[in-house]
Amino acid sequence: MADFNIDDSVDITDVVCPTTFVKAKVALEELDDGQILAVRMNDGEPVQNVPRSIKEEGHQILKLNDNGDGTFTLIVKKVGD
Amino acid sequence: MAFTNDQLERYSRHIILKEVGAKGQKKLLNAKVLIIGAGGLGAPAAMYLAAAGIGTIGIADADEVDLSNLQRQIIHATKDVGKAKVQSAKETMEAMNPDVKVNTYRTFVTSENIMELIADYDFIIDGTDNFPAKFLINDACVMAKKPFSHAGIIRFKGQLMTYVPGQGPCYRCVFKEPPPKDAVPTCKQAGVIGAMGGVIGSLQAMEAIKYILGVGDLLTGYLLTYDALKMEFRKVKLPAETKNCAVCGEHPTITELIDYEQAECDGVHL
Repeated sequence: MADFNIDDSVDITDVVCPTTFVKAKVALEELDDGQILAVRMNDGEPVQNVPRSIKEEGHQILKLNDNGDGTFTLIVKKVGD
Repeated sequence: MAFTNDQLERYSRHIILKEVGAKGQKKLLNAKVLIIGAGGLGAPAAMYLAAAGIGTIGIADADEVDLSNLQRQIIHATKDVGKAKVQSAKETMEAMNPDVKVNTYRTFVTSENIMELIADYDFIIDGTDNFPAKFLINDACVMAKKPFSHAGIIRFKGQLMTYVPGQGPCYRCVFKEPPPKDAVPTCKQAGVIGAMGGVIGSLQAMEAIKYILGVGDLLTGYLLTYDALKMEFRKVKLPAETKNCAVCGEHPTITELIDYEQAECDGVHL
């Protein structure tokens, strides 16, 4: 992920829906407008739902990387304060 | 303060809300609410505030749990009969949510103790059942510049209003002074449907939560009345004029707290 300047990261593989989104949302609240968060999540339900929920909150999804170990890392740019 | 995974899960339905979020949940966890009266109104209010994660909840009541309380005071159980209400309420709240610190005050509020009681709290809930206490709470909150929620319930009816300093009338602006002794029956004499405390006490908890979060419109400048038999809610606009009020007006004539005399059978909290 050298192509993005990550400001903070959060691992949501240790929780299940809806706490997955909640944990990512809380991490985003800690950032300032324009900062970038990396969210590591499990394949399956989290990958289907968490990016969509984050997008609905108005943030910008930059990329979803397949880590090759059953997890994905979502790169999100925070929009708003 | 960072949330634990357990807290994220416990408060997930709050944090997901745009109007709450992590910041709002932290405000709730840092807030201090005092509930006066652990009865029909105070019980549901205390339970929703504890469940919501209000970090510090004070509860004041001098009574013990009586078998006749259990029809509406849902914070107490049959095994609690004879126990101090504040202790019973504390045990229920702490069992519901370990994030909550409960301060108990086993006393009736008087002109001697109320200023000290309310001093440390951000919001006060009046869950008392008698006019002397209601006027005392109003006057003390006006003098100490504390926001509070007034409520009263009897038979199948309930009412509430919210006072925030500088944002509309106080209870005394509307009701002037207590009615003559025994002119109005107490809930003990008149009866009250148990779920009424649930409806109105929950609305008081909602007002406290909205005040702490700083979201939405509070019930300031309005009196909400509920008639369960007619299934009617009315939101009555109150006169905006407060300058002639004896306690919150421009030239207050009440500058010291008053202990009004109670009706003979008063003193049991709703």
